[in-house]
Amino acid sequence: MKFTEEHEWIREEDGVYVVGITEHASEQLGDVVFVELPEEGMEVTKDEDICVIESVKAASDILAPLDGEIVEVNQAIVDDPGKVNEDPLGDAWFFKMKVTDLSPMDDYMDEAAYKKFIG
Amino acid sequence: MVELQHTPLFELHGELGAKMVEFAGYSMPVQYPLGVMKEHLHCRAEAGLFDVSHMGQVVLRGADAAARLESLLPQDVIGLKEGRQRYGFFTNDDGGIEDDLMFANRGDHMLLVVNAACKDADVQRLKAGLEPDVSVELLVDRALLALQGPEAAAALAALNPEVAEMRFMDVLTVDLAGAECWVSRSGYTGEDGYEISVPSEAAEVLARALLSDERVEPIGLGARDSLRLEAGLCLYGHDIDDATTPVEAALTWGIQKVRRAGGDREGNFPGAPVVLGELAKGAARKRVGLAPEGRAPMREGVELFASEEGGEAVGRVTSGAFGPTLGRPMAMGYVPADLSAEGTTLYGDVRGKRLPVTVAKLPFVAANFKR
Repeated sequence: MKFTEEHEWIREEDGVYVVGITEHASEQLGDVVFVELPEEGMEVTKDEDICVIESVKAASDILAPLDGEIVEVNQAIVDDPGKVNEDPLGDAWFFKMKVTDLSPMDDYMDEAAYKKFIG
Repeated sequence: MVELQHTPLFELHGELGAKMVEFAGYSMPVQYPLGVMKEHLHCRAEAGLFDVSHMGQVVLRGADAAARLESLLPQDVIGLKEGRQRYGFFTNDDGGIEDDLMFANRGDHMLLVVNAACKDADVQRLKAGLEPDVSVELLVDRALLALQGPEAAAALAALNPEVAEMRFMDVLTVDLAGAECWVSRSGYTGEDGYEISVPSEAAEVLARALLSDERVEPIGLGARDSLRLEAGLCLYGHDIDDATTPVEAALTWGIQKVRRAGGDREGNFPGAPVVLGELAKGAARKRVGLAPEGRAPMREGVELFASEEGGEAVGRVTSGAFGPTLGRPMAMGYVPADLSAEGTTLYGDVRGKRLPVTVAKLPFVAANFKR
C-alpha cells in the first residue's frame, strides 16, 4: 500500500488499483456527510479533481493519484457517507482504476514514511 | 498576531481534549473527542454543556434604563416584567441590524447578552445613547455557560431544585455549586435548557459539577452551529447583519405591537421609518429556510437561481450545513419576496452545477421549550 501527500492510499488488487482516504484524513475531516464519485469508465489524469467529499466542517476534493480509467466506484459510501469515518482503509474505498502509467507510484510514500509525514 | 483571549474554562477544554479554534478573538472549542455529529445528537437526546463565555454580558443601571434602551431597539423593553428575558436587536438608521441580543429585567438593573464580535461596538452604542443617566458596564468577571437538551432541567435541578420551576425566558438568581449564578431558561439550540452567568472563578467548578452528570457531554461550536440552524435561528454576521432589516430577516415576531404603527410607543428607534414602512408594505427580499433536494450540502455563499439554466443570481445562502437530526442538508438564505413561498423550487450553484433546493418552513426541527 502506498500513500500520497493528499492523504490518499493506493492498493493493488488483481491488476487494478484501489484508492481511498487515510484514517488521518478522515479524522481531520470529521463526520463525512456527502460523497460524490466519478462515473465508471471515466478517463482520468493524475491530480485531476474527481471526487468531492463533504464533512460537517467543509468540502474537499479527492484527486486521481495516477493516470488511467475508473473501472468501479463504491456506491456504498455514497449511500452511507459515515462509512468513510468508520472504515476508511477497508470497506470505505472510493474507486478502482486501471492504471496507464505506474511511474508516480515510486514517488508515493510507504506506511512508515506516511506516518512520519503526518507527524 | 494578536493574542487570543481565553475563557475561564480554557484549561478544562484542553483537559477534555477539545480542538480549539479562533472565534471572535477568543480561543474556543469547536469540538470535543465525540465529534460534531455525535455532540449534536447527544444534545438533542440528553444534555450538552456549552462554554459561551466569549459573549458580552452588559449591565445597565439607572431609573430609566428600560425606557432609554427602547431608543436603541424596536422591542418592548418597558413592558418586560421583572424576572423575564426577551430577544431583541439593535438597529441602525437604515433599519439594518447592528447586533442581536437577549435582555432581561433583573429588578434594579437590566442584563444584556450580546454577540462576542459585536460587544465592544454595542458598549459604545449603549454608552453614547444612555450615559450619563444610565450606567453601562461590560462585565469582565463572569463566565457564561449554556446547558441544553431534554435532560438539561433534570441535570441542573440536581444542583438546585429551584431551576425546575422556571419557564421559558424566566431569569432567576440561584446558588449553583456554591456560587451566585444568574440563570435564564433559554438557549440557542431549539431545546429546553438554561444559560448560566457564573463568576469566573467559580465557572470551572460548576462546569465540572455538570459534566459529572452522566447525561451531560461538553459540546463545541461546531454542533452549536448545526443545532441553531436546525432550530432556524440566525447567526449574526451571516444570516443577519447591518445591511439586513428585521422584516427582510423574518424577525418581525420580535417587534412587539406597542412599538409598531398605532402602538403607544410607536417607532422612536434607529431606522424606524424603514422598519415600520416594511412592516406595512413588506420587504423586497426575505430570509427563508432552504431544503436542498439532493444530499450535497449548500453552504454559505452558494448563489441561488430561479431556473436551472441562465439568468442572474436571485439570492444567496447565508448558512448551510448537514442537519444531523434532520438527516439531510439544510440552509437559510435570502430570496426575492415573490420567490419566498414555501415549496418554491430554486437552484443553488454548487461547484458549477445548479442543484434543486426548495423553500422550506423554519425551524427544520421543532422547538422543545418549556413554555
